[in-house]
Amino acid sequence: MSSLSETERAAARPPRAVVGSQISMDEEMFGAVFDGGVIRRFLSYVRPYRRSIILALIAVLVFTGAQLSIPLIIRYAIDEAIVSDRADTFRLTIAIAVFGVVITINYAANYLQDRLVGLAGEHVIFDLRRAMFAHLQHVALSFMDKTEIGRMMSRLQGDVNSLQEFLENSITAFGDIVLLFGIVIIMLMLDFKLGLLTLSVVPTLLIVRVIWLPRARVAFRRARETNSITNGALAEGIHAVRTVQGMGRENVNFQLYDDKARENMLAHLRSAKFAQAMIPVVDTLTGAAMGIVIIVGGTQVLDSTLDIGVMVAFLFYVQRFFDPIRSLTIQYSVMQRAMASGQRIFEVLEVPLAISDKPDSIDPAVIDGDIAFNDVTFGYTKNQPILKGVNFEVKRGETVALVGPTGSGKTSITALLHRFYDVWDGAVTIDGHDVRDFAKASLGRHIAMVLQDPFLFTGTIFENICYRTASATREDVERAAKVVGAHDFIMQLPDGYETVLEQQGRNLSLGQRQLLSFARALVADAKILVLDEATANIDSYTERQIQTALSRLLKDRTGIVIAHRLATIRGADRIVVLQQGSIVETGTHDALIAQKGLYARLYALNYASFDDIPDDMLQEALSGPAQT
Amino acid sequence: MQNTAYQDRKSAADQKPTADTAVLLRIIKLALRYRVRVAFAVGATIAAAIFQLMIPPLLGSAVDNALGLLSGGGVVAEDARSALVRAALLLLGASVLRGVFTLLHNYNGEAIGHLLAYDLRLAFYGKLQNLSFSFHDRVHTGELITRGMLDLDGVRMFVNTGLLRLVLLTILIGFGAYLLISTDIWLGLLSLSFVPFVAWRSSIARLRLRTLWLTLQERMANLGQIMDENLTGIRVVRAFGAEPYEIEKYDAASEEAMAVAEERIKTRVSSTTVMSYAYFMSMGLVLWVGGLRVLDGTMTVGTLTVFLTFITILQAPVRQLGLLVNSIARASTCGSRLFDILDLEPTIDDRADAKPVELTEGKVRFDDVSFTYAGEGVLPVLHGVSFEVQRGKTLGIVGPPGSGKSTIAHLLPRYYDPSGGRISIDGQDIRDITLESLRQTVRVVQQDPFLFTASLENNIAYGDPWADDGMIQDAASAAQIDGFVGLLPDGYGTLVGERGVSLSGGQRQRVAIARATMLRSAVLIFDDSTAAIDAETEQRIRESLKPHMANCASIIISHRLGALRHADEIVFLEGGRIVERGTHDTLLAENGRYAALFALQNRDGDTDMALQGVAE
Repeated sequence: MSSLSETERAAARPPRAVVGSQISMDEEMFGAVFDGGVIRRFLSYVRPYRRSIILALIAVLVFTGAQLSIPLIIRYAIDEAIVSDRADTFRLTIAIAVFGVVITINYAANYLQDRLVGLAGEHVIFDLRRAMFAHLQHVALSFMDKTEIGRMMSRLQGDVNSLQEFLENSITAFGDIVLLFGIVIIMLMLDFKLGLLTLSVVPTLLIVRVIWLPRARVAFRRARETNSITNGALAEGIHAVRTVQGMGRENVNFQLYDDKARENMLAHLRSAKFAQAMIPVVDTLTGAAMGIVIIVGGTQVLDSTLDIGVMVAFLFYVQRFFDPIRSLTIQYSVMQRAMASGQRIFEVLEVPLAISDKPDSIDPAVIDGDIAFNDVTFGYTKNQPILKGVNFEVKRGETVALVGPTGSGKTSITALLHRFYDVWDGAVTIDGHDVRDFAKASLGRHIAMVLQDPFLFTGTIFENICYRTASATREDVERAAKVVGAHDFIMQLPDGYETVLEQQGRNLSLGQRQLLSFARALVADAKILVLDEATANIDSYTERQIQTALSRLLKDRTGIVIAHRLATIRGADRIVVLQQGSIVETGTHDALIAQKGLYARLYALNYASFDDIPDDMLQEALSGPAQT
Repeated sequence: MQNTAYQDRKSAADQKPTADTAVLLRIIKLALRYRVRVAFAVGATIAAAIFQLMIPPLLGSAVDNALGLLSGGGVVAEDARSALVRAALLLLGASVLRGVFTLLHNYNGEAIGHLLAYDLRLAFYGKLQNLSFSFHDRVHTGELITRGMLDLDGVRMFVNTGLLRLVLLTILIGFGAYLLISTDIWLGLLSLSFVPFVAWRSSIARLRLRTLWLTLQERMANLGQIMDENLTGIRVVRAFGAEPYEIEKYDAASEEAMAVAEERIKTRVSSTTVMSYAYFMSMGLVLWVGGLRVLDGTMTVGTLTVFLTFITILQAPVRQLGLLVNSIARASTCGSRLFDILDLEPTIDDRADAKPVELTEGKVRFDDVSFTYAGEGVLPVLHGVSFEVQRGKTLGIVGPPGSGKSTIAHLLPRYYDPSGGRISIDGQDIRDITLESLRQTVRVVQQDPFLFTASLENNIAYGDPWADDGMIQDAASAAQIDGFVGLLPDGYGTLVGERGVSLSGGQRQRVAIARATMLRSAVLIFDDSTAAIDAETEQRIRESLKPHMANCASIIISHRLGALRHADEIVFLEGGRIVERGTHDTLLAENGRYAALFALQNRDGDTDMALQGVAE
């Protein structure tokens, strides 16, 4: 593919190529500016800090009052102490002293207001985030299964931050409104007619705003969107750089990225135009207002119907007048964002909690580990049971392999044992006690689980193996690692057990991560072990290690294994074959082969793992005897 | 390769930053690409400053007119009135012009920033796309994304908030100071008395806030990581009943972050409020001293108004001094981080005299090839590996994890260069071939392929975006993915990848196979690329690829021996050396490592080989 032919083909039709995600990353909604429900719920998080907030509001009033009175004092100083017939140094000194007091009050109030609001804002935000985090620890797993982590994180971080922005801004907005009204009132009080005339420029500003705002908002939004699109494309380029180079897509991608970056640049130029457009408007209106004060006020001064100090005060107020109006329009979009964020946050907090302990729940120190499922019916969606009247027992020390096609209910059985969910009907018992009578913490202590995906936390290997078992010593951890055969590779790492696992252990192979998760289960030293075997293909060398580790792990424990590999299945004391939520066969490997049922047919398909079986063959096996 | 993560930490992140001024000059040089606009922006900035400075004297003269004419007496009221109107009109004119020039100043400043950012974005993207694998192995993706987003922004904002603001503030404060001092030296100095204090306070605060800000970022990142891992590993958390432990862990991190957040607010609040206190104090002093002067009759009320108004106008620029210092500091830090990357050269690049490959027999040769990953104390991965694969033939590579299998797949398309020996295609050393033609000749099917968030057909046609539907469908059917595609609601148009329909490991690998085989290249390498595909499907893929494989030299790396049995030659790698070589049958007969592995896989019933092998 020479570059010439590439150009020719490009001319013929556009390439079948894109860079970056085709879905906007911007989750921001442009909804209501005010949502009573959100405000009410938000206020309940502000309540613990109500003293700070009330104090801050008082400080805002004082601060605004001081701000407003400064021009008045200047006015007094000029009119009474400098210009008037009674002018003398004493009056000036008094005026200056008052000025000094007012600016000190102004400083104190300003300090108090900013500090109180700032701190309360941080606290509310940290509280809110913690509430969400703690809530997520106890919501139903089925909710967590359906939730994309990235989205949840953006709620925990982005949304929470925009509420903080809102809280800090709403106090400023309050100050702005007070200031605005204060200026209007003072101007009208100083001289009603002149005040009214000066304010006559305001409607013009409002009209311009009304025309400007919707267009500007579209432009701002577009700029933000193209930002996230361009950055998304950059991120993809970095993540996929090996594929890009391997496939020789550098040039095509560069062209595509250029398009996006250019679009982003143009959107920003447009949005900059809108952002700056208001400046000459506000400046012109300020000039006009000052002109009015000078002509009308000046004439009045000439006619001696107005004190010169009033005119000077007016000139001051006019210059300050437009600031709050300008910042209030910025508040609008902050409010909008905050309402959308608030909705998303409280949505999370409203997710119903999963199961909680009974008041008289039991927490035995030791258990024997006899498990029984008595006529258990269960499902995730109403009227769609996943398990239908399942009955089986696992005696202490015994290992049972659960086998069956995807969707047959294997995972649900392990989830019910740990009481991630409650049964619809029937009962799950441990040592004859219903699991619903156990404290949840007790179940956590007596049942160790090894999950399909050997999840590791950022931290040292030692910390990962101990995990929750804070009492575990270095000896315990090493012993466990030796038993599962992880000790050797751990010692080969640069810092042995103190090696920090980065990015959730991506610096280890899947097999090694699996061995660590076995060690973790061993240190937890529970009587019952539930194991969901990994389906991913592991090389034969590690596979052997894992099989050995598994048999050591299950020794003297009650084991329930969701098994995918024939080797594991054959090693179990008993096999329970599930199909569509019911147990169809139970027995040892040999017995089941002899029985020539579903298990025998699946086995005859010669797959190393039952999950590998193609759907068509599986259907055949499920529906009837194999041809062989 | 996993170990290089530990040994080679001298990433671009740790490189010494270039001298601050050099970085700033370089940014200015880049901005000067748009010299007309820059000249225009600077002109507008100067004009905006001048008009802004005109306002206080105009106000002052208006006040003087109103008052002076009144007290002066004997002046015709008509004159006074027209003087007022003139002052008002001038004021209006100055305000309008100030607004217009401020707009031009800000708009052009932003525009230059965005144009500059656009140039840098392209340069950065282009550079990253071309930097070698060894660079990307070393530098974390998150780190690069941060540079491309945040650091680039820091440089972009420098033009408006740094450069132009510097011009504006210099004129406003400098010229304003000159005007005031020349009007009345003591009162002028008094009006400006808060400037040095504010400048001093803001630079202290900036340093302190910067440190706090960095610490806070770090602690928030830590908190974010705890939340992220908790949510990702929520099943482990529940399985171990570790919710209280997790909340404890969260609280500890949260409190740490909270402490810094509080500190930041306290620092910020105490510095900004004290600055405005200082400002009001000099206003009070001016009022006092000026008032006394007016009482003495040595000054007019109008002049006093000029001073007071001028202080009002200075309030904003002085507060911005802090921002200016901040912007310059940020630009120099960000710029040096960005330029560090832009100045890197790919370690693997075309030689000056590189030519496109000339294919004759389509023969790949490794002669005594050795390879060591960069870094100190790293053991060699390959030692003196030699082999040859002809067009239409297949080489199988097998060996324990870490034996160097994948390295072979990485050396042939020059993802890395060997540290010893020679790799050639039809007698041409691959280092003498242009990278573009080499990589068109050699295609690697990766074990863990990257799926782009795009339609399935875009993903398959990734290497040739102009491929027609027929080519895509043929490749998909050869890779046995067409059946699955048929079940999808939008067929080949279905969005896959991170934000699309999620595919299983086996399906992803089949997409990768379709992607590579569609390109009909002369050398095809399968780097353990069927590990997640079931044996039956793998068999079918092998069958359907047969015509294609007859026209290319192929190398299959696999730990599943079933995939290798039909290879023309199989090499067994161990510790980077070829320890056994032969065909499946001769290797079995040799009764060495290969035979042992074969037996191992049989006994476990771990692969299809177990039963297939026995059945035959």
